[in-house]
Amino acid sequence: MSTVNALSRKSSPRIPRQRRLRELPLHLMLIPGLVLLLLFHYIPMFGIVMAFEDFKPAKGFFGSKWVGFDNFVYMAKLPNMGSILYNTVFIAVLKIIVGMAVPILVALMLNEIGNKGFKRTIQTVVYFPHFLSWVILGGVLMDVLSPSTGIVNDVIRLFGGEPIYFLGDKTWFPYTMVITAVWKNFGYDTIVYLAALTNVDRNLYEAAAIDGANRIQQTWHVTLPGILPIVTLMGVLNLGNILNAGFDQIFNLYSPSVYSTGDIIDTFVYRLGLEQAQFSVSTAVGLFKSVISIIMVSLANYLAGRFANYRVF
Amino acid sequence: MVFDYLFLTFAALMCLLPLINVLAVSLSSSNAAAAGYVKLWPVEFTLSSYQYALTKPQFTQAFLISAERVALGYVITMVVIILVAYPLSKEKNVFHARGKYAWIFIFTMMFSGGLIPTYMTIRYLGLLDTIWVLVLPGAVPIFNIVLMMNFFRTIPHEIEEAAFIDGAGHFKTLLSIYLPLSLPSLATVSLFVIVNHWNSWFDGIIYMNHTYNYPLQSYLRTIIINPDLQSMTSSEQLVMREISERTFKAAQIFLGAIPILCVYPFLQKYFMSGLTMGSVKG
Repeated sequence: MSTVNALSRKSSPRIPRQRRLRELPLHLMLIPGLVLLLLFHYIPMFGIVMAFEDFKPAKGFFGSKWVGFDNFVYMAKLPNMGSILYNTVFIAVLKIIVGMAVPILVALMLNEIGNKGFKRTIQTVVYFPHFLSWVILGGVLMDVLSPSTGIVNDVIRLFGGEPIYFLGDKTWFPYTMVITAVWKNFGYDTIVYLAALTNVDRNLYEAAAIDGANRIQQTWHVTLPGILPIVTLMGVLNLGNILNAGFDQIFNLYSPSVYSTGDIIDTFVYRLGLEQAQFSVSTAVGLFKSVISIIMVSLANYLAGRFANYRVF
Repeated sequence: MVFDYLFLTFAALMCLLPLINVLAVSLSSSNAAAAGYVKLWPVEFTLSSYQYALTKPQFTQAFLISAERVALGYVITMVVIILVAYPLSKEKNVFHARGKYAWIFIFTMMFSGGLIPTYMTIRYLGLLDTIWVLVLPGAVPIFNIVLMMNFFRTIPHEIEEAAFIDGAGHFKTLLSIYLPLSLPSLATVSLFVIVNHWNSWFDGIIYMNHTYNYPLQSYLRTIIINPDLQSMTSSEQLVMREISERTFKAAQIFLGAIPILCVYPFLQKYFMSGLTMGSVKG
């Protein structure tokens, strides 16, 4: 026992080199990952100086004129900046709320099912859309939601309604985004919540039943409190995502006619940077988003640590 | 209870029907599709849309590029994941610098340079229009690394200690002991890596200056989302009488989904286990 303590004490003068040699392979193993990280994640961080310069590609990072916060002021004064921020938060928050409610509901229902085969089949089927890219699903949705030829509007017409421009009408677009995103991903979250549900102690249900609780009361008093920790955890972790409204999806499904309600920070950064070559402003907007995200993620991890004993690793 | 079965069946159908509808459209004639007759079953069955899609050389080219990136990317990414997850899975008393390294990796999940700085870096590295830009930037997926790391941690310390007593160093221990014991989780992580590479489309679009360098999903995007039908020869336009833009798009969509469709039913056990693997334990 005392030998082990001597070995792990940092300031042990007796065998430091031997211990360090033993750890050397571990350092070596990390080298490929670190090099890749350096090249593709840390070096680009230096490019953030573009946000504070009037960047011209010909002059490079060091030759371009320093303008301090001018780009941020310009960004704040842009006429569509307000709607872009609003759209981002609106869509993201709605996605978080609906994106948690639906899987919890489905998991609750799946938990009631006794037939294992049915349960497995349902889980397999609803998990499937998660694995298709938004290019494929975008194509599917563009066809299915089409006001002229899509089957969704066929059904609406069957019930006597007018066809809805799910993807072209700016009032509908945000809700279409939320619903289709939940449609794609609810199977994934259902599995997580279902695992949590199976961890709720069976005895608690029996005790409640003995006390005269029917199914609904049992759900309210036993199940929901039982999954509250994991729901809180998921909710808090989603807090870090508050500015990620879903670039992949929106970029593939939006169009200029819905920019006013569908344009989010990431799509705006893309257009500014890669279509309009406004590198400085694009970087500034991206930096603004990153800073807010890091604050939210830190807050989320802190809250998760406080209330749910969660550590990132 | 009955309500549960009904609702769940409805939810499952909602996930399947749109895909079935697109499949039906892809197998129907252009007139039937345009007239709106096609619901869940092909009307005037024809394979011409698929024939046309598959004989386009750009399709085959894009498919091969995707296959190349999946193969290359899989090997590189898995090697990196294993080599990074193993040291990070060690406790502090075995690997003293573990905490600091872990922070270096985790920090990249929280903060990044952004779209333009990353693009600039890649351009200065000369990686535009190469296969490497599809393979290298994504070779350190932190989420999968954490998954693998959590799994390595479940391997009992006694096994590692026994290996050390027998004179094995870390590399030998990793290769001869940890890897063989980790096959299920390696399979799951492999699936996530492969699916992620297959589905990637954005990197192809921004880092490739020529469409002939596009991987499959990026190429499909130019057909499905931004169709460019002006660049067709007259013989192609003859074919377009049989098919239409709609059925052609539907065939492309389905061709893009087929690999996942084929793989998923057999491997869904691995897909599902990946979520609960090490996650609830925290």
